[in-house]
Amino acid sequence: MYDLKYHRATSVDDAVAKRAAASDGQFLAGGQTLLPTMKHRLAAPSDLIDLRGIGGLAGIEVSGRNVTIGAMTTHAAVAGSAELAKVCPALAALAGGIGDPAVRHQGTIGGSIANNDPAADYPAGLLALAATISTNKRKIAADDFFTGLFSTALEEGEIIVSVSFEAPAQCGYAKFPNPASRYAMTGVFVAKGGGGAVRVAVTGAGGDGVFRHDGLEKALAAEWSASAADGVAISSDGLMSDIHCDAAYRANLIKAMAKRAVSAA
Amino acid sequence: MTEQGIGARVLRKEDKRFITGKGRYTDDIRNERQAYAAFVRSPHAHARVKGIDSAEAEKMDGVIAVLNGKQLTGDGIGNLICGWGVSSKDGSPMNMGAWSALATDKVRYVGDAVVLVVAETQAAARAAAEAVIVDYEELPAVVHAVDALKKGAPQVHDNAPGNLIFDWGLGDEAAADKALKGAAHVTEMEIVNNRLSPNPMEPRSAIATYDEAEDHYTLHTTSQNPHVARLVLSAFYQVAPEHKLRVIAPDVGGGFGSKIYIYPEEIACLWASMKTRRSVKWTSSRSEAFMTDAHGRDHVTTARIGFDANNRIVGFKIDTVANLGAYMSLFSSAVPTYLYATLLSGQYDIANIYCNVRTVYTNTVPVDAYRGAGRPEACFLVERIMETAAREMGVDPAELRRANFVKSFPHQTPVIMAYDAGDFAGNLDQALEAADYKGFPARRAEAAKRGKLRGIGLASYIEACGIAPSAAVGSLGAGVGLWESAEVRVNPVGTIEVLTGSHSHGQGHETTFAQVVADRFDLPIENIQIVHGDTDKVQFGMGTYGSRSGPVGLSAIVKALDKVEAKVRKIAAHVLEVSEDDLVIENGQVKVAGTDRAMAWHEVGLAAYTAHNLPAGMEPGLKEGAFYDPTNFTFPAGTYVCEVEVDPETGTTEIVQFVASDDFGTIINPMIVEGQVHGGIAQGVGQAMLENVVYDADGQLLSASYMDYAMPRADDLPSFAIHHHSTKSPSNPLGLKGCGEAGAIGSPPAIINAITDAIGNNDLDMPATPPRVWAALNAASAKIAAE
Ligand SMILES: Cc1cc2nc3c(=O)[nH]c(=O)nc-3n(C[C@H](O)[C@H](O)[C@H](O)COP(=O)(O)OP(=O)(O)OC[C@H]3O[C@@H](n4cnc5c(N)ncnc54)[C@H](O)[C@@H]3O)c2cc1C
Repeated sequence: MYDLKYHRATSVDDAVAKRAAASDGQFLAGGQTLLPTMKHRLAAPSDLIDLRGIGGLAGIEVSGRNVTIGAMTTHAAVAGSAELAKVCPALAALAGGIGDPAVRHQGTIGGSIANNDPAADYPAGLLALAATISTNKRKIAADDFFTGLFSTALEEGEIIVSVSFEAPAQCGYAKFPNPASRYAMTGVFVAKGGGGAVRVAVTGAGGDGVFRHDGLEKALAAEWSASAADGVAISSDGLMSDIHCDAAYRANLIKAMAKRAVSAA
Repeated sequence: MTEQGIGARVLRKEDKRFITGKGRYTDDIRNERQAYAAFVRSPHAHARVKGIDSAEAEKMDGVIAVLNGKQLTGDGIGNLICGWGVSSKDGSPMNMGAWSALATDKVRYVGDAVVLVVAETQAAARAAAEAVIVDYEELPAVVHAVDALKKGAPQVHDNAPGNLIFDWGLGDEAAADKALKGAAHVTEMEIVNNRLSPNPMEPRSAIATYDEAEDHYTLHTTSQNPHVARLVLSAFYQVAPEHKLRVIAPDVGGGFGSKIYIYPEEIACLWASMKTRRSVKWTSSRSEAFMTDAHGRDHVTTARIGFDANNRIVGFKIDTVANLGAYMSLFSSAVPTYLYATLLSGQYDIANIYCNVRTVYTNTVPVDAYRGAGRPEACFLVERIMETAAREMGVDPAELRRANFVKSFPHQTPVIMAYDAGDFAGNLDQALEAADYKGFPARRAEAAKRGKLRGIGLASYIEACGIAPSAAVGSLGAGVGLWESAEVRVNPVGTIEVLTGSHSHGQGHETTFAQVVADRFDLPIENIQIVHGDTDKVQFGMGTYGSRSGPVGLSAIVKALDKVEAKVRKIAAHVLEVSEDDLVIENGQVKVAGTDRAMAWHEVGLAAYTAHNLPAGMEPGLKEGAFYDPTNFTFPAGTYVCEVEVDPETGTTEIVQFVASDDFGTIINPMIVEGQVHGGIAQGVGQAMLENVVYDADGQLLSASYMDYAMPRADDLPSFAIHHHSTKSPSNPLGLKGCGEAGAIGSPPAIINAITDAIGNNDLDMPATPPRVWAALNAASAKIAAE
């Protein structure tokens, strides 16, 4: 790790100001992605602006079926929320399947989606749930937020404050972990809204990061069942190939995980 | 057996300090005015070093010295060597390329050390290392051994034309060919043994301290064999004469072979310490460990085995290409030859065997011994091809093995080894019984109802431990003798220190060695201290690898104990005025049998040191040393049965049952032995299902962190059912065979045989990851559909 200046922000505005004043500042949330990257000397921010001291950024609010999760809420808090489990157990289960206990007690939902790792779990959840990401400046629909590998619609210095969504009638998540990192080799989140609209988001597989799967959405809208998913032809075009598996296997996993997600929903 | 003697489940003495965080590892040690080293490493797999500009780095805060390879060789520091000479079939010696601790003209793998920076802090050293500018001219690289042998492949070392280090053979080729020609059935396979990163929990570390006043060096290092390190560092690398160099390997957190070798970093740090007059410390980061710790395995083999009409093996012919990486590491030549081909007879009576091995240079990390060293490669090959042959011939794999077992001992194989004891059918029967082999079809049918493919696989392994008779290994090219030494010091108060040349880096010697002493003299184990790992304390030693600490290291201790006992008896007989034959040693006393006359153990010790009343002519003191050179290797053997369930949808494999029946000879501490087997099988599961070192075509290491290199975790493993069926080794006084590697040797073929049974396709490489199993399953289904 290189030398840098550490700041503890007291408010969102303070964090924005401190970051603006730094030559190459970075926000620090749980540090579960940023700190390893810095230790590997792949990132060298001049300043770290720690968001953990800011009040009001963590917590889960459930009112009816409307859910709001503060950006600084840890994976463990999401996994352990009884309120959330009542309306959207699949998202709690997703959070409980991230990393290990140490990671879950430090890592945050805001950090995870700001980072938008193509193998991260939350992006699939928020995209399928049609969540809204609220920042210090605006509200961004999940469909517009995740823009590619490690990239988002966030502007320089923009801070995620919370994410919110309306819990669907039914939803489920299934993840096939990479045997080494245990990030998603492929993860599929399926959600069926009250009106019958279905959204299916796939993480870990896309060459451009998380994406919605049209074929699965149509098939599951027509019939919400694992066998309906089984009938969908999944193309391997545009899917990732790496040392762990090729695109054809990921295409197979999309179907297998979609079936499991529907069964779990 | 006493409660703490041979056979007792004594809790490990060393664990108190380990589990309370009080262990003292090399990196825990900090000398006065400690300076820190960082290495500038090649980012290229193959390049010419055209120039080094360290001007910026030298000016940086806290930098003490920036040192390069030209200075190192200029100071007379020698090249790293391979200590085991293996010649080609035509008699020509192996083509060993030069390996300087800091590269001078060329770099040959990503991570090759080029420049050493010494600074006041680790951060300053690392920062300055980044400021060194090395001008490289990139050269094409070659990564795979088979590619390296192709015409026109990039040339790694000038003196190894075609990248061939040696082309070696063992056995009678004409006889093997003839036998295969006349065989009723021949099974042929191509087998890849995947490349592994050793991953000991503690990364390598070295602290070199030059003492100007005494012109003396001390090296603290993560070594499995500190005396061998001292010998090689002085005799070959000329860093310091042997009597001016002390090597200490304190607590060492695992080795698995990777800490046998002397690496460039230790040499460079010793030299830098002399140059800077500072104590210089280097500790590998995990990233450096992936890049520079010697890897294991990496064989590509084609093999043909022939059977007669009665299913008896008539001939076996093997052709192996072994990747040794960019340089020849210390024992790299022996692993794919004398530790591999010599075990290709397996547990079987085979008259005709021929094995050809070509070793090659590539632009990858050096490859050397890794838990099992050659024997896992042999066992995997033999047990995969036996299982496949059985399936092809429609014979029960267990029965095909049984029909071919060696049944009488000693048994001379056609590939050097002479098996001295074993009961292979006994281990097979025990394993089959414990695994309920007969009940498998019912379990398979039940699994099918759940949509799972269930398979069962066997491996009847044999390996050679306790390396080894010095004259034998000497005749095969070893540069050292492989005996062990020990010294037993009985103090005047009767407590005992045992100094051993074996080294413990997780094996539990402090407990098992003490158990043997406690057993011998019927003393409390607390009164016995095992001392190891310091060349200033221990007279000499060849160290720990190849499960040799028991068969060789303990045998040396037993020999020293014999001498101590002889003297104890003489002293007691003299003091008690009886014949030595009337004495028994028990309960902490030397007693006159059948009477209440006795000397307490500590009274004998005191008598030896006060020397007031010793037999005429006897020297005072009670301290004996011994060297033990074994008469043969030992041959642990056994049968493993693995049962798996494969999920056809994703290719995910779950090990649902794992049974081991091992023959380790005498067992000193069953708990420690079980731990060794558990760990060995876990590493075998790693090799078989998870671990794989991957380089891209340019020689960049892609599996360079735990994000991409999959280590086995607890939830990847089943509960192991471990059984013993033992015959004693006739080759050492305690009848020990060794247990450190068996798990890693026997488990990979059992696992792959089980998975291939489940999916109905024998063509499956390690690691059998879900995508590979899924693809092999689809290929099998496609074949069935086409037929
Ligand atoms: C061993 C291990 C295993 C893991 N396994 C998984 C897994 O299985 N699945 C998975 O999805 N993830 C996994 N992760 C990643 C983990 O979920 C991280 O928590 C997450 O990626 C980043 O969250 P963080 O709070 O730690 O963010 P940090 O690391 O602190 O920050 C990450 C990035 O986000 C920015 N950022 C943080 N918060 C905000 C904000 N509020 N507004 C704007 N920008 C912000 C930071 O500036 C930084 O660029 C794993 C991590 C580790 C170390």
